This record gives sequence, structure tokens and C-alpha cells, in this order.
Amino acid sequence: MAVLVYIETEKGAPKRNGFEAASYAGKHAANTGNDCIALTLGEGDDAELAKLGAYGVSKVIKIDDARLNSFDSKAYAKAISEEAKVLGIHTVIFSQSANGKSIASRVAVRLQAGIVSGAVDVPDTSNGFLVKKTAFSGKAFAFINISSENKVVAIVPNSFGIHQGSGSASVEKGSVSLSDSDFSVTVKEIKKQVGDTLPLPEAELVVSAGRGMKGPENWGIIEDLAKVLGATTACSRPVADVGWRPHHEHVGQTGVAIRPNLYIAIGISGAIQHLAGVNQSKVIVVINKDPEAPFFKAADYGIVGDAFEVVPKLTEAIKKLKSA
Amino acid sequence: MKILVCISSVPDTTSKITFSDGDTKFNTDGVQWILNPYDEWYALVRALELKEAGGGNVTVINVGGPDNDAIIRKALAVGADDAIRVNSNVTEPFQVASQIANAAKDGGYDIIFTGKETINYNGSNIGGMVAELLDMAFVSYASKLEMSGNIATIERDIEGGKEVVEVKTPFVVSASKGLAEQRIPNMKGIMMAKRKPLNVVEEVPSEARRAIQKYILPAPKAAVKLISPDNVEELVDLLHNEAKMI
Ligand SMILES: Cc1cc2nc3c(=O)[nH]c(=O)nc-3n(C[C@H](O)[C@H](O)[C@H](O)COP(=O)(O)OP(=O)(O)OC[C@H]3O[C@@H](n4cnc5c(N)ncnc54)[C@H](O)[C@@H]3O)c2cc1C
Ligand SMILES: Nc1ncnc2c1ncn2[C@@H]1O[C@H](COP(=O)(O)O)[C@@H](O)[C@H]1O
Repeated sequence: MAVLVYIETEKGAPKRNGFEAASYAGKHAANTGNDCIALTLGEGDDAELAKLGAYGVSKVIKIDDARLNSFDSKAYAKAISEEAKVLGIHTVIFSQSANGKSIASRVAVRLQAGIVSGAVDVPDTSNGFLVKKTAFSGKAFAFINISSENKVVAIVPNSFGIHQGSGSASVEKGSVSLSDSDFSVTVKEIKKQVGDTLPLPEAELVVSAGRGMKGPENWGIIEDLAKVLGATTACSRPVADVGWRPHHEHVGQTGVAIRPNLYIAIGISGAIQHLAGVNQSKVIVVINKDPEAPFFKAADYGIVGDAFEVVPKLTEAIKKLKSA
Repeated sequence: MKILVCISSVPDTTSKITFSDGDTKFNTDGVQWILNPYDEWYALVRALELKEAGGGNVTVINVGGPDNDAIIRKALAVGADDAIRVNSNVTEPFQVASQIANAAKDGGYDIIFTGKETINYNGSNIGGMVAELLDMAFVSYASKLEMSGNIATIERDIEGGKEVVEVKTPFVVSASKGLAEQRIPNMKGIMMAKRKPLNVVEEVPSEARRAIQKYILPAPKAAVKLISPDNVEELVDLLHNEAKMI
């Protein structure tokens, strides 16, 4: 039985999280001896969609109804569920993005499927359908067995990675059609943050700073470091709360949970609620003047020192490396 | 306007996470339970503000056992008018959502709020499921919500920005940071909460589609490698050659 993966697109091409979802679904399909079919909604550029073939997808189905060019969880969930039924699909995979998460839950209800969101590894099907997911805000993992015949899994961005092979997928039109009553929200505007770095949930490199920076006027050295690295900036909660930095930069238990490859924490104490959102980063660097700061216990590399001296030097040293 | 706010009980954010029964159960010994921050700080407070501006009623609902009455009273102390507790110990998301949808289906609610996610299961599942079960619109991760008649304009968090949408009541919305400012209950609120109705209703049958088999803790980190502040080149070298991150 084929595995279906929903792929988010932008201007007709798969988004970055789509390539990861395809890699994950492709791997799961291969593990279970199945085909992997991708589904896209709204306008799709066939040449761009065919590229999913290099990530384990054999066929892409696009439902290119223009009304699906903007997001509506109700219509999206219906389109995906109905197409899954037509194809006789039992397992549907999503990327746990803002949109992916909200449709996955609806699709699970429509398909009477058990759902695991927050998945960080492919299902173990040796005895059931066991999915590893994050729990307790990154402080633990849970293994959850889905017992229903139909299954929905949503994976955490950056948890599985993008695994590119070779090949090209065929692209076909889907058979599902929607009526106007399936749509329930009207998208008025999309406000993108300015800047050319990846948004935090997808960022591979993150430079983050906290109250140790003393004030918003001192963030120049943080931004300079982020810039030489091509990293996205983040901050601790109190810094966003007092308005030194925008809310969307707040990471942690009550902010964005991230798992970049590299997280550099500057002037952040490492409170448990902060760590909860960042402790799945692959490598953590901590710069703090207090050797007793709890963050050092969660760090791979640390510098005990004054951020105002260390950070500019670090930026220079990285510049030198990059220009070497 | 009739508003329903879904509230959940979660371990305090500083709780030490340990497991019992061969790592199959969360060890609740000594754990302090709190209202899920997204539900309390953002969903509930925005619901109260809407009521204060336009009139109506704010009901909170929790699916749980009698132990949860303490957090329900807290929500009443913050300002909710009344509460429903579906007496049940289910935690599987479809089962929780089924209980909420069943209790809400004849309530005539204009808006159903949930939090963005619970901080213990982090499913972000309940809101979408309730919406689907009740065939309603669902807008996730709202950081701003304004009503004008029966039309809401909602700003929701998406990767790298915000999306502004319009939706008509009734709808389900999940609350993220920024939607409102946390309110600390005062003495009067706490006293009044004791007299507000907390209606306990029995659960309806619902099917479990998944089960937690075991928990594990992340592998402990090796000790940090400390580098002298006078030798940042060494850090750059380690990040380049050892960690291969830059
Ligand atoms: C329910 C709840 C949820 C929460 N959720 C979150 C969350 O999601 N995210 C979050 O971040 N927090 C969260 N918190 C807050 C958290 O408990 C901490 O208060 C917060 O993370 C501290 O931020 P900070 O490290 O920037 O500031 P501080 O704790 O004040 O630490 C500042 C650090 O900077 C260092 N420093 C000072 N000067 C310098 C210098 N010149 N050079 C280098 N280092 C210097 C200090 O040694 C110190 O370690 C939450 C709290 C609660 C109760
Ligand atoms: N047992 C429960 N009773 C009532 N509401 C709940 C319960 N569990 C979760 N919720 C609501 O659903 C939201 C999302 O939870 P979750 O899907 O578990 O991440 C929470 O923020 C609550 O608003």
C-alpha cells in the first residue's frame, strides 16, 4: 500500500520542508516495500514537482484548483483525505509546519486515523507501527504505537534531514474536486519578515542572545555574527517580552522550538524553559561571563567571557575562515 | 457572544521529567500541575477581553479527572463565567477531542479557543480535531484576533512571518504568544471562583487509536569543551574541523 506525503509548495515548487517530508516518506515507503506518492495543492510547476523523484517519490499528484492557492485547513484536509481514499492510501505523512500541523489533525479525523505529530524518526514497523516523538517540550521522547488501520504522521522540521538521491517523478492531476462550501477562511495578506535568512523553525544555524546583552542597542554584534554565518537570530523570552527583540525570535518552551545544526547562545543563562526549546540542537555553543551558568551543562563548546569582547572577535575569526 | 476555552493541566515548566513502570509512565510524584500556559495566558485572556468588549459568556472546558478541579478553579478565578469538566482519564488526542466536540456540539458557541499546544504532549492536535468533528473553520497559532460583528480578522504565525485571515463565526482558533497579556487572578476573583458553576459531565465512548509504549530521556551530553576567551580561533577551528558546522 503506497504511502502518501503532502508537500507544501510556494510558487508551484516544493518548499524546503517538502523535500524533508518526501525524504522521510520515501524512506518509510522503502522500509515497508511500498511506493511513495506525493500530493500538492494549488498551482504546481510540473518540472519543479518532478524533482521530488530524487527524494524517493515515484509519482506526484497535484490538485491544481486555484482556490487552493491560499491556505484553508478545512478545504485542504478534505482534498487530501478524499485523494487518499481514491488512492486506497493508509498512511499519510506531513511536515509539522504551521499549516501541516493543522491539516494533519483534521485529516486524521476524516480518515479515522491514529496520529502522531512531533515525529523525529521513521516508524518502526517490526512489531506494530511505533513512532518516536518529542514530548515534554523536548525534555524527553515518547514511542507511540498507532493501532488503527489508517495512520497520520507529522514530522518535526530538521529532525530527519533532506536526503537527495536521483530520479524524477511523474506528475499527474488528482481526481478530487471541491465545492465553494468546503472553503471557510479568506487569506487577506501574508506578511513576510524581511531578510534573507531561513525562518527559525527551518534554520540550520541560529545565533541567539539574552538579557546579558543589557539592551536592544547592543544587538549589532549579534547581528554581525549571524550575518557572517548566514544564521537566523533568536532570543530568550524576557528579551522579547520587554520588546528588545520581536516576539517571533523568542525560543523555548513557550516560544518557538527549534533544532538547528548549530545554536550559539550569548548572554543567556540556560533556564529549563529556554533549554526545552533548543536542547535538540545538534551542536550548542555557549558564551556567558558566569562559569556557573546552567547553560554550560547543555553545551558542547563554551567560552566563559564577556560577550562584548568575545563576540566581535568571533565574528572576525569566522570572517577570516570564510575568506581563506 | 458565546465562547468556549479548552484548558488542559500540565506539569509545571520546571518539573523534573522522570518515568516509572519500566519507562512506560510519566512519574507524577512531586509534580506540580498548572494550567497550560498557552491556554491560560493567551486563549482565556483573549476570550475574556472579547466578552468585556462585546458581552457574552466565557465557558472553560477540561477533559480530566477530579484532580483537575484546581486548575479549573484557577481559570474561573482569572475570569471565566462557568466550567465544564468531562469526567474522563483519556489523553489520546482523538479521544480528548471527541469529548470536547461532544460537549460543545449543542452549546451554540461562536468561538472555541484552544492553546497552541500542551507543553507535555506537544501534539497541537486538539484544535484541528475539534474543528473537523464539528465541521468548523480552524485557524491555528493566532497572535492577534479582532472581531467585527461575526467576522474575525486573525493574524497567525507562519514560518518566517504572519498570515492575516478573515473567518466567520463559528470557528475554532488556537492561541499562540502575543494574543493577550497574562492576567494574575486577584483575591476577589479567587473568592468568586468558588461560587461559579463547575459542571461535571460523564464521558462518551471514544476509540483509542494510539498508545504510548515507552518514554526515553535524551542521551546525556558529554562535558562542555571550554575554550579561552583569548583564543576564539580555537572555537572556530573546532566548529569547522571537529563539529563540521561552519
Ligand atoms: C512558564 C514559563 C515559561 C517560560 N518560557 C520561556 C521560554 O520559552 N524561553 C525562555 O527563554 N525563557 C522562558 N521562561 C523564562 C526563563 O525561566 C528565564 O527567566 C529566561 O530564559 C532567562 O532569560 P535570559 O537567560 O536571557 O536572562 P537571565 O536569566 O537574566 O540571564 C542572563 C545571562 O547573561 C549572562 N551575562 C550577563 N552579562 C554578560 C556579558 N557581558 N557577557 C556574557 N554573558 C553575560 C549572565 O551571566 C546570565 O547567565 C519561562 C518561564 C516560565 C515561568
Ligand atoms: N484534556 C484536555 N481538556 C481540555 N482541553 C484540552 C485537553 N488537552 C488539550 N486541550 C486543549 O488543546 C490544546 C492543544 O493540545 P495538544 O493537542 O495536546 O497539544 C491545549 O492547549 C488545550 O487548549
